[in-house]
Amino acid sequence: MTEVVATNETILVVGGGISGMTAALEAAETGKQVVLVEKRPYLGGRVSQLYKYFPKLCFPTCGLEINQRRSKMNPNLTILTMAEVTGIKGEKGSYTASVKLSPRYVNENCTACGDCAKAVEAEFDDDYNYGLSKRKGAYLPYRMAHPALYVLDPRIIGTDDAQKAKDACKYEAVDLDMAEETIDFPCGAVIWATGWQPYDAAKIQPYGYDRFDNVVTSVEFERMADPGGPTDGKIVRPSDGEEAKKVAFIQCAGSRDRNHLLHCSRICCMASLKQCTYVSDAYGEDADISVYYIDIRAIDRFEDFYEKVQAIPQVKFIKSKPASIVEGTDKRPVVHGVDTEGYNRFADEHDLVVLAIGMEPSVDKDSFPVDIVINREGFIEAAPENGGVFAAGSASDALDVNRSVQHATGAALRAIQVVNGAAGVEG
Amino acid sequence: MADEKKFAGYICTGCGIGERLDAGQLETTAKRDGKMAEVKQHEMLCSKEGVAMIRDDIDNNGANHIMIAACSRRAKVEAFNFTDVAMSRANLREGVIWLRPEGDEHQETTQEMADDYIRMACAEVKFMTQPSPSGEQTLNKTLLVVGGGVTGMTSSIEAAKAGYPVHLVAEEAKLGGVWADLYKRVPFRAAAVDVPNSKKADLPQPEDPGIDEMVAQIEADSRIRVHLNAKITKTSGAPGRFSADISTESGSTATENFGAIVQATDYKPYDANKLPEFAYGKTPDVVTNFELEKLAKEANGAPLKRPSDGKEVKSVAFVQCAGQRSEKEGHLPYCSGFCCTESIKQAMYFKAQNPGCDATVLFDDLRTPGAAGEDFYRSGQQAQVTFSKGKVSEVVADGGDLKVKFKDLILNEDTEMDCDLVVLATGQVPHVGPDPYAQLAVDEAEDEEEKAKAQAILEVAPPSILNLDYRQGTDLPQLKYGFVDSHFICFPYETRRTGIYAAGPVRRPMDMKQAMEDAVGATMKAIQAAENAARGSAAHPRVGDLSYPSFRKEGCTQCKRCTVECPFGAINEDEKRYPLFNESRCRRCGTCMGACPVRVISFENYSIDTVNQQIKNVEIPDEFEEKPRILALACENDAYPALDMAAQAGEELTPFARVIPVRCLGSVSLSWITDALNSGYDGIVLMGCRRDEDYQCHFVRGSAIAAERMSKVGDTLESLNLEPERVAVYEVAITDIKRAPQLINDMAETVEKIGMSPFKF
Repeated sequence: MTEVVATNETILVVGGGISGMTAALEAAETGKQVVLVEKRPYLGGRVSQLYKYFPKLCFPTCGLEINQRRSKMNPNLTILTMAEVTGIKGEKGSYTASVKLSPRYVNENCTACGDCAKAVEAEFDDDYNYGLSKRKGAYLPYRMAHPALYVLDPRIIGTDDAQKAKDACKYEAVDLDMAEETIDFPCGAVIWATGWQPYDAAKIQPYGYDRFDNVVTSVEFERMADPGGPTDGKIVRPSDGEEAKKVAFIQCAGSRDRNHLLHCSRICCMASLKQCTYVSDAYGEDADISVYYIDIRAIDRFEDFYEKVQAIPQVKFIKSKPASIVEGTDKRPVVHGVDTEGYNRFADEHDLVVLAIGMEPSVDKDSFPVDIVINREGFIEAAPENGGVFAAGSASDALDVNRSVQHATGAALRAIQVVNGAAGVEG
Repeated sequence: MADEKKFAGYICTGCGIGERLDAGQLETTAKRDGKMAEVKQHEMLCSKEGVAMIRDDIDNNGANHIMIAACSRRAKVEAFNFTDVAMSRANLREGVIWLRPEGDEHQETTQEMADDYIRMACAEVKFMTQPSPSGEQTLNKTLLVVGGGVTGMTSSIEAAKAGYPVHLVAEEAKLGGVWADLYKRVPFRAAAVDVPNSKKADLPQPEDPGIDEMVAQIEADSRIRVHLNAKITKTSGAPGRFSADISTESGSTATENFGAIVQATDYKPYDANKLPEFAYGKTPDVVTNFELEKLAKEANGAPLKRPSDGKEVKSVAFVQCAGQRSEKEGHLPYCSGFCCTESIKQAMYFKAQNPGCDATVLFDDLRTPGAAGEDFYRSGQQAQVTFSKGKVSEVVADGGDLKVKFKDLILNEDTEMDCDLVVLATGQVPHVGPDPYAQLAVDEAEDEEEKAKAQAILEVAPPSILNLDYRQGTDLPQLKYGFVDSHFICFPYETRRTGIYAAGPVRRPMDMKQAMEDAVGATMKAIQAAENAARGSAAHPRVGDLSYPSFRKEGCTQCKRCTVECPFGAINEDEKRYPLFNESRCRRCGTCMGACPVRVISFENYSIDTVNQQIKNVEIPDEFEEKPRILALACENDAYPALDMAAQAGEELTPFARVIPVRCLGSVSLSWITDALNSGYDGIVLMGCRRDEDYQCHFVRGSAIAAERMSKVGDTLESLNLEPERVAVYEVAITDIKRAPQLINDMAETVEKIGMSPFKF
């Protein structure tokens, strides 16, 4: 049985992505007891799957390294991975959280030596790479995964592979008897940092994401650009692995759209501008990049980055929300639409189309385990009715990393206000 | 630590270390060369039993300096978390066996590599001391919030709610700041969950700005003390013990003490007099978005009148990006972020209050991000505001009427419209003090032209806000366009003046809701800084580090390099011109240590000696053995993890490399380089972080300062009659998994070409 030491002065952080990590660390580094609950087997969330950040074009793993070191060193922080909050009862200052822990089948003895992965045979789609590659049934989710513990895919349990993994481990780290459990513990305040997920691109039927190999989403493209990713960083057509030099980015794919997400997902313009540099860096003068957009939302100082990308001769901007994509010769996607600057119809053939996919809250509107005020788009609104539950990051709105971290830092203070009240410090 | 140092070494033989290396030999090395009093092997040192063994030695056998030879210092941190002793780690797994191929032909050099890492780790721990707080600490929970606008008020209210008293200092005669003139604010929320997805749905409307409530809340809160008509005339000290002189217009000055500071001085509206092309100043009927709020407030729900003749406005045009997103002289190059929703809101005033009024927003890109932003755009559309994609070139005041000339970007033609009133959507200019480095730029200008340019900037610098009594200037350093942001994505509240946090539009342009959220985050950091100062713990990114810089006064030559180079302005000079380290301002990067030419600055757990002794304890084979030695000094946050991950990925590293992680390349002392070359190293590779405008160095300037410092290494090489290729400085990212080992391997190749160092004894 997993035990968690917690009191009404403990802060529960739900979600271990960049926002949850930030909120948890800021509170813990102020001396508060924090329990961080993460659904995945590792921390870092979607940030860990990004190759570069805009506008600095620096690497997310750089900041993640610092955050991971902070969390390894901090005695005030308890991390539960493969864990989901199933219920929160009580009131501000005095909650009881129920957390379901899924079995990892690997315990703390694991040294991440990798012997189990060598021993097993079955392979599965790699979620970390959005299914663009395979991984073994015993795996380290990615190189910098924290905690640095392997995971056994539940699908190998009961097969020979499970036993092979167990036999290969010299440290008695593989525990096939681990079972799902639910634990309850008290907390005074809750920071809800469950983040976002990409909108289901297949729902945007005219763009044919589910029919055409060479139409991908921006999150998949991000993995493709990563030298550690499924294509070793090569920008290629999924259909045949050939170089993709003529690339289209379609903005507002699923966003600002009455048929899909009503909201603007904020990050997509900047993400596409960033991804333009990936193509341009890879192919130089041979690159041919089109950005189809409604408004380029390079807000505040991001304007500089927009200018930088506009200055790349191989990038052109077309004001248009494309109507449809059809597959042309050699599986080349053809983008159809009207350029509203001058009202010219176009049918442009590309090697690859990247849908700047919208972000939606990762928790479904109807499945919050706690009463909370949400808006029409499913994001959490700051409201007194929420009691001691505070949103952090993109659970509250479509936010970029910088704004998520900013918001999460504030959320930590909101939680501290509650537990300080519980501790009698206030006043 | 008064107790005698007692050394113990532990060698893990798990994860293949025992199979790949001769552990008995490692043990001998640790005892004989490393002088460890006790050395133990364990087949899985990170296991409960292994950790218990070490714990027992610490608790019962007096071990207080321990050397752990196992995996990378980045692995099993939680297991080897012995915070009550000095500890070093020899990286045998990632650092040796995973980077080296198996096979007899490699065995000798791989073992030598491991033996050296043992010697290095033993040498390091010998010169370490378990850090303890200096005893200088005090807990001061009171915060100073500078700025009486929405940002500063929010910061004050939220700090008080957490139990931290505040002194709120405002220049103005009343609270509210630049947002005090708002008639209404852009709604904070998106449509509620039960609002249908239909064109006729009830969408959020402009709402009461809520400023009066905030002011009332502050006035009613005994924990918040407000100083109006007041300025900070002097700030000195450090987190936990800041002292600020608060001077009022009447001439009185109060000195108060604070734990930390929030600068929330908001913005100043852009001066539209710089926009003669839009007829601003030529007719009162061209107003800025800021001025329009006053008109709306005066109208108070009745029709808005135009200023020139009091006629009810029947048509109004909003010129977006007025003087913004423009490279023109005097314009703002950035987007102010708030003006699109602001114009929508103002257009809606006319739609609601002036019957039959046409309201047109002329924009290039309409920027209404998020759920609330896009819903509010829809509200404007519902209210029948006209949105037209057009670029305004000119506003002509023609008698009573105004003509707006613009290029209609949809129809692709030049056109014009008549209207009664023009609103210029002008931007935010950060309300900050002078950039502390403006004077430095003048002093260090390389030529007259550069000097004149720097002088011109200095001359128009605004008056100081914080009046910091710091060696490195009076205010927060700026990054670009006057914003004091640190430009970190991962750590937006990173500050270059520890314990002083910027909030709101002084960091980047933002709307009121964002400014309020930003205030909460900055207040969190201020509270944290005060708490950490009380514990003697460093601030981000080394929270928990209790060490602090100390210096040997008798050796100091008062050269001032440390006071000038500290990226955080932490070091002042005392009355005798010796450096005055303000420990709670220090971030423990070690840049001062690297800067000191006479090597008198050190930390208890990181010093010239802890690294130099590692360098010196590597065995240097004589030149006929053809085993060169390559020293790599790698930033512990990026280059070193890149090497660890290279090992995970099965990359190969020359067995002649000896890698030492450093806190920051800025901490690298030239003496390490000189000593290494003198003791027969054949090549040196320095790996730090990107250092340009988009710098990634987490100590801001450390990497850049190191590069500057190392540019002088040529002189050293020349004086030793060594080839310049023997020392290389690189920017290495954490993702350089292939490149990082390659750079070291390249150096090995270079050495092979130019030959071994003649300095082997």
